[in-house]
This record gives sequence, C-alpha cells and structure tokens, in this order.
Amino acid sequence: MHTKTIAELARGLQNREYSSVELTQHFLGRIKQAESVNAFVTVTEEQAMAVAKKADEQIAKGQAGPLTGIPIGQKDIFCTQDVKTSCGSKMLDNFISPYSATVVEKINQAGAVMLGKLNMDEFAMGSSNETSFYGAVKNPWDTTAVPGGSSGGSAAAVAARLVAGATGTDTGGSIRQPAAFCGITGLKPTYGRVSRYGMIAFASSLDQAGPMTQTVEDAAIMLQAMAGFDPKDSTSVDQPVPDYLDGLEKDIKGLKIGLIKEFFADGLDEGCAKTVQAALDEYRKMGAEIKEISLPNLKLSIPVYYVIAPAECSANLSRYDGVRFGYRCEDPKDLNDMYIRSRGEAFGAEVKRRILIGTYALSAGYYDAYYIKAQKVRRLISEDFKKAFSDVDVIMGPVTPTTAFGIGEKTSDPIEMYLSDMYTIAVNLAGLPAISIPAGFSDNKPVGLQIIGNYFAESQLLNVAHQYQKVTDWHQQLPEQFA
Amino acid sequence: MEWETVIGLEIHAQLATKSKIFSGASTAYGAPPNTQACAVDLGFPGVLPVLNKQAVRMAVIFGMAIEAEIAPYSVFARKNYFYPDLPKGYQISQFELPIVGNGHLDIQVNGVSKRIGVTRAHLEEDAGKSLHEDFHGLTGIDLNRAGTPLLEIVSEPDMRSAKEAVAYMKKLHELVRYLKICDGNMQEGSFRCDANVSVRPKGQQEFGTRAEIKNINSFKFVEKAINFEVERQIDILENGGQIVQETRLYDADKDETRSMRSKEEANDYRYFPDPDLLPVIVEESLKQEIKAELPELPEAKKQRFKDQYQQDEETASQLTATMEMADYYERVVKNANCEAKLCTSWVTGTLLGALNKAGLEISDSPIEAERLAGLLQRIADNTISGKIAKQVFEEMWQGNAGADEIIEAKGLKQITDTGAIEVIIDKIIADNPAQVEQYLSGKDKVFGFFVGQVMKATQGKANPGEVNKMLKDKLK
Amino acid sequence: MALTAENVNSIAYLARLGIDEKDVEAYAKDLSGILDLVEQMGSVETEGVLPMAHPTDQPQRLREDEVTEHDQRDYFQKLAPQVEAGLYLVPKVIE
Repeated sequence: MHTKTIAELARGLQNREYSSVELTQHFLGRIKQAESVNAFVTVTEEQAMAVAKKADEQIAKGQAGPLTGIPIGQKDIFCTQDVKTSCGSKMLDNFISPYSATVVEKINQAGAVMLGKLNMDEFAMGSSNETSFYGAVKNPWDTTAVPGGSSGGSAAAVAARLVAGATGTDTGGSIRQPAAFCGITGLKPTYGRVSRYGMIAFASSLDQAGPMTQTVEDAAIMLQAMAGFDPKDSTSVDQPVPDYLDGLEKDIKGLKIGLIKEFFADGLDEGCAKTVQAALDEYRKMGAEIKEISLPNLKLSIPVYYVIAPAECSANLSRYDGVRFGYRCEDPKDLNDMYIRSRGEAFGAEVKRRILIGTYALSAGYYDAYYIKAQKVRRLISEDFKKAFSDVDVIMGPVTPTTAFGIGEKTSDPIEMYLSDMYTIAVNLAGLPAISIPAGFSDNKPVGLQIIGNYFAESQLLNVAHQYQKVTDWHQQLPEQFA
Repeated sequence: MEWETVIGLEIHAQLATKSKIFSGASTAYGAPPNTQACAVDLGFPGVLPVLNKQAVRMAVIFGMAIEAEIAPYSVFARKNYFYPDLPKGYQISQFELPIVGNGHLDIQVNGVSKRIGVTRAHLEEDAGKSLHEDFHGLTGIDLNRAGTPLLEIVSEPDMRSAKEAVAYMKKLHELVRYLKICDGNMQEGSFRCDANVSVRPKGQQEFGTRAEIKNINSFKFVEKAINFEVERQIDILENGGQIVQETRLYDADKDETRSMRSKEEANDYRYFPDPDLLPVIVEESLKQEIKAELPELPEAKKQRFKDQYQQDEETASQLTATMEMADYYERVVKNANCEAKLCTSWVTGTLLGALNKAGLEISDSPIEAERLAGLLQRIADNTISGKIAKQVFEEMWQGNAGADEIIEAKGLKQITDTGAIEVIIDKIIADNPAQVEQYLSGKDKVFGFFVGQVMKATQGKANPGEVNKMLKDKLK
Repeated sequence: MALTAENVNSIAYLARLGIDEKDVEAYAKDLSGILDLVEQMGSVETEGVLPMAHPTDQPQRLREDEVTEHDQRDYFQKLAPQVEAGLYLVPKVIE
C-alpha cells in the first residue's frame, strides 16, 4: 500500500480495497520500523486511528474527498491543537498548541489522517535538518547523508513512504531543496497563496507552506486542500483557487522555457548539471522551446536573504521570552537574567547566529546599509524575474548545486551551508511559485529539477511538471531499504 | 538670566473601538486579568495581526479634525524591545510613514489664541500592565490591555509654559471626545501624556537638551510635573551643570520627576516595516465620506453659540466644553421655545450649580433637557415667577415629575386675577400708613417693602410685574 | 566587516540572548564571515530603487470592528511557566 500515490490510495479506499484504518495502521507500522530515520518528532497514533475510523464512515456514506482517509504528516512548524508543536526547538519542547494552523484545519477538514509531526531544522533555520533539537534526520537514499532542510523530516518521510504526503514550508528553499535531496516532489506556492496563520514564523515576508509528495498529481491534490484566502492572515491573497487537477494533462508543446544562464556557472556539480540537461532534453522532445536567459542580480540572492531573513527572524523570535509559554530557565535572578538565560539555553547555535545577524542589521547606524540596501536589491531581483517572464512561460534550472551531502559535512562552516540554497532563495525573495521534481540520480543520490512559474501560475507549474512525470519514472523510484 | 521653557507633548489616546487593533478580543476596561487577551494579543507562535477598520477610520477622523495631511499610504513597523508587558518583544507601531501628518490645534491662554502644531499622529498597539503588588517578590503581568488601539499624537515643541501645555492637552481631550474616538477617561488610562521639556536662555534659537517625562495622567500633574522639571533644569544650568537627555518619571506623591532608565539600557528600537502587515491605503473616497460625517468641532460650535445665542466667550466655552453639554443646552433651547438668554442663565446658573454641588456630570443630570425646558416655558409665559421656578426646580431634581405637574399639584400658579391682588394691596396700604407717608415724601426705597408684603401675602404667586404696576398706581 | 567579541556581546544583550563566554569568539568569526558575504550587495547600484518589503503589491485588508474572541485564559495559561491569580509571573520589574 505504501508505494501507492495519494491519488491511487484514494481510489483504493473508494473501491474498498482497504480501509483508512488499515492504511493508517500500515503506515504507523512503517514509522515504527523506520525510527532510525528520525523523521518524526511526535507520532499521534491514537488521534490518527480515531480520524481514520471517521474517514471510513465518510467513505461508507459516499462523502469522501480526494484526501479522506489518506495518512499524511505535518511539519512540526504548523500548530496542531492539543498536540506538541516544537518547531524543532528546545524552546517549544513543552508547547502543546492551543489552536491549529489554518493549513492544518484545512487538511483535517479534507479528511486526511495526520500520523504525526515531522522533524525539521530548528525554527526552519537550516538546510540539512541538523539544527533540530531532536537530532538529524537521515536521508532514506543514503543514511549517512542529510535529507536537506528545513523540511527534512517531511522529505524523508515521503521518500521512505512513511506517509503518503506531507506539508513543508519554504523560506529560502526549505521545501524544494529537501525534495531534491530525497527524490520527491515539492511545491512552494506563490507568497500569499497558502495561509501563514498558525505556521510558526521564521521570516514572514518569505515563508510559504506547500505540499511534499511522491508525484505532481499528489501535490495538486494537497495544494487544493491547503490553498485559499484566510482572513486571519493579512498577507493571504483573496483570489479564487483554480482546480489544480484540471490542467494537468494539457499539452505543453510550444512551451517557452527559460534557462538561467547564471545557474549553470561555477559551483554546479557536474553530475547535477548533466541530470538537469537530460531533463531539459525531455522537454525538448515534448515540443518545448528552450532559451537561455540572464538574471544578472540573482547572484546577490544569498547576501540579500541573509539580511532580510535574519532581520525578520530576530523580531519574530523575540516572543520566546519564557513568560507565557515555552522554556524558562531555572531560578532566574532577575528579569534580564530570565530573558538571557531562557533564550540562551533554549535556542541552538544556528538560530542564535541568525538572531544576532538580524539584530545587528537592524541596529542604529546599520539599518540603511544592510536592511534598506537588501530590500532594494530584492526589488532588482524581483524585476529580473518580471522581465524574464515577459519572454518565457516558465524558468528551469537545478534545485541544488550538489546532491545530498554527508551528515556533519557542513556543520562547521555556516556559509558553506548557506550556499547550498543558492538556486532556491531568489524565488522566495520575489515571492514566486516553484516546484522541485525528481530528475534522476548522480552518484546514486537523487537530483531535482526546479521549475519556476509566474505569480499564481501554480496550475501551469503543475501541468509542466506532471507532463515530465508522464514520460519519466524518477518519481516512482524509492530507496531499496524502504521498498 | 531669563529662561524660556519649551514643551512638546506626546498624547496617547486609546481609541474607542470594541475590539483590539489587531485581534478580535474585547477592549472593555476592568475585566479579570488576562481574560481579554487572545492568542494574537499574547503573541503565541504562528499568530498574525489583522488591522481593525474602525481604528483606521478613527485616526483619519482625528486627522481631518485637525486639518492634517492624511497619508494615502502608511506603514506599520515593529519597535523592538524586551519588556514583560510587551508579549511579542516588539510593539506594532508606525514610524517612518504615519497615517496622520502635519496638522494644528488652536488654544487660548489668558484670552490670547495660539496655534500649536501637530507633527504627526500614528496608530499603534497598547502594552499590557505590570502589577507590582507582592507576588512573593515577583511581578504579575496582565495582558488585557495589550493590543488596545492607541493614537499617539505628537505636537511640535510649540508650547512655552506649563499653562499652555495644559491648555493644549485639555483642547485635545475635548476634541477626541467630541469626535467620539476616545472616551477620555484619564483614570483608566484612556488618555495619557508624555511631556518633552527643555529650557533655553531667552532669545536663543537652538533648543536646549530635553527630558521626556513619562505617563502623566491628569491635567493637574502635567502642570506640576512640567513646573518641577523646568525648575530642576534651570537649577542645574544655573549651577553650571548640563542636562542629560533621558526619560523621567513623575511621582505625584512626592511631586518630583526622577530618572527612569539607566545608561546601559540605551534604546535601540530597531524599527523596520512589519512584514505581517501590508501598507495601509486611505482612499480619497474615505476621506470625503468622513469629512461629510465630521461633527461640528468645538471651536466652530463655540463661535456659533456666541452668534446664535448672544453668549460671551466664557459662557460659550462653558456650554461647548463637551459635546454632551452643548447638546443638552441646545435641546433646552429647542424645547423651551423662549429667549435663549433665559435658557443660558438657567443652564449655566441653576443647573450647573446644582450638578456641581452634587458632583455630577451633565450626562448624569437628574433633570433631562426636556423637563428643564418645560419649566422655562412656564417662566416665559408668566405662569410662575423665577423665584417659584427655583422651588419647582428643586422638586424636579428630587423626582420625575414635570414642571406642570408640580405647579398644578402645589398650586404654584401665579395669581393673574388683578382684582384679587388689588384687594390685597388696598389692605396693605391701609395697614401701613407710616410707610405710605415715607414713600410719598420721597423715600423711594420703601417701595420694596410694599412689594415684599404683597408677595408674602400671595405666597409669591403674584406676578411681580403686575404688582409693581398696580402699587405704583395706588401710591400716586 | 569584522565583528569583535565585544560587538557580539553587545548585540547579544540587545537580543537578550545568552552566549557562552567560550563561544563568543567563534560567533564573532562566523558573523564576520556572514557580513562579508552580505556586503557583496554593495556591488550593485541601487540609487532610486524602491525598497521591497513584501513580495506582493497589495494593500492591507481591514477587519470589521467586532469582538470575536472569548476568554480562554485557563487553557492558555496551562502553557505558562508561572501564573498566579490569572497573572503571568516574572522576576520583579524595577522602574
């Protein structure tokens, strides 16, 4: 059952080949067996069984939707009522959320069965899942390698078939990069397409939730449930949600694909480059036109990002002060001691680095040189994209410069770690949607293809990506150990 | 040396919305601690702010009333600092692009009018409260107030005395209540003031170093705090010292200001645009709509009272001090259907006197405007005399009866039957020949004696005008 | 831009973030490296460019002024480290 996609499982449930209770039990069993992957922070077995039972009743009544009874996982960044929501941090190790994120409510509403909360980099700050308070997650394709981050638990859980689908969040590549490292499909929607309410903030103007699944079709099914206007999120966009399954089969002949020149320069691993080129050849075969484009300011994405994201996070994380929830140090001797030790003891090194950088960039005398400058370059980057989209329909390129690197390989050098997001960050700065799909292997590790679309062009992205999956089978491969 | 005082005020007015500025929690005052602090107010992980329409509207109303520029595009920013009554570790405020720009307010001090510039007014959220009573040496935090909308109104340093500062603060207080955007309750903290105070040698152009006095919550304290601070600064300067730019707290019990923040706490608020909130756009149409609905403002109303009801400055000021007062007065005028002068003297004299004595506000007056008008009508149509009217007023104050009922029940109607009065007059003349003699020999003062006797005999119910006329005739 | 240990300590204090004395040098080195990376931004001319705070060009939506939240104090305060009489307790605040 676990090798099946969400779409296939839904059909199986409809046809009574198995019940949701059986499905849920099966996946819970796999989660237990795969404990060493460390994909889960919390497994919600009891609740899952209760929801599965309800799902079966709904299926029996003929009221099932495409997600009814499907076992999924939620990244531990999404607040889930009465379930621990840690955000990968010691700070929230004791936080039983008193409410649910809008995304969680919507997915619950759709009848999906949440099996648990997925491991992640602490407060989504990381590209390897090694900053988690709960320890590193292992890449199911190579358990000595990282799954990517920050949605590493989500990617590993889908790759190891511990869940049929998962949610992730993407601030600088946190859905796409782990999807590429783990050989699954990951979609980062347009900023504002999915509500951020109840999704613990890292960098508010960049964060966006999206689905992580085996296939593009499944991503469309999950996005359908997740997307939509939310009056509780001021940055949520009030635009109708199209039927994402509707356009999947459209012919892509004549599609104009832009290839970012700068993405194929120094730094891109040869194996990855070859794999991406091969994928582009497939598109050529399908009748797409490919042209090289230049986005000259993209090279500044990482510098810009490492001002804006830390600046926003430095304020977003001030609420963790040991007063109303979360960790408080033992016996504070005064107010400042409580703040300093609670935060000092409960935040990990990477979170601290980013809070410090952000605090510095916003402080008196540096604000213009760092923060305002970064926002100006951000606009230039976004305008580069605008210009490109007046010429091409979608933009393609690699997701990551290399395949999954080894656990511990980059932890001593934060900057080297940051550079692993060099192809994904610009999309967040501009707020565009992008998808990562499996495109092959290099050294037996998965390589992803990134497709970037124009604002709110999720349907088109899904269509273009789905057409690729129709002519390839990379997305169907799974690590032997988890077959 | 002669010194000149320079004062600028920052007034925090809590906006009279039902719900908070960024959440759906109630803003009602006085609830048990933390029962009106929802997840957004508490700064829980993942929650987001959504702006209250009414708060924006009220800010625009205020801006229009002080003839300020309304920013078509304004931005919320985060002001970062750690304090336990500030749940998110930052306050959502406006910094570079406030919603209300340059405006002004005219004040009167000692009969002279002066224009005070308003630099800006911006929207922000209030913080919670720290309770310092002893919880085993700990402080208790109540976050009910956190997220209550505030309009921070910043003046230019245009005031030159504590008196001017108080006049400005009172004027603003009157205005926000007129506009119904703030209840003005200073005891509950709905209207609070910080004062920036500096001194400089008279004639010097540059400003001196200023001290900011925080949280002064009464008109009296503003005056005292400023006066204390001015003396303190002059003292330092005259002794060759220098003023330190700092925040000071006014202690009403000791009537002094004292330094509040130590030097190591140098503020660096790290303002930046709040990424959870988008720019606030005020459309021209909203401004037009608000302009059309704007009530008559205190200054205009005062002028109208002077013109329409022939009042002097002081009376008009008194009657337009609050919207409630002015409305009451005009309801009396409308219903009494008599000379405005009579209404004015009764409202400012008898009514306000009685209210004052009882410690009541006009809105709590036991006699409604319509009932008072009923009484004045009976004076105007000569049914009762002014003196009797006072008696009726007392009765009305105690109960719910109207003037007519009381006049009827107590038989207080004036005697208009001239025949009856004539009989009484004849008797009094006959009984007091000595006084008649005196009067006829030129002692005009004795005339009052006869009037008094007649009124006494009629228990005050005779029409004084009629009595005068008849007496004069008889004593010729 | 090279940050000193002293810089790190003052930034950490502003952020109320405890840093072990033995780690301060390492932070100083890491942060200096990040700032060097960040300063590549200087290579592009941005005179006259409008700062971009949000990816979407939308105005703020306004909420109706309605009370929609009810009292959940007890539920929320189960999560608090220290409460009494409905108040959150913290070490003494001195003004």
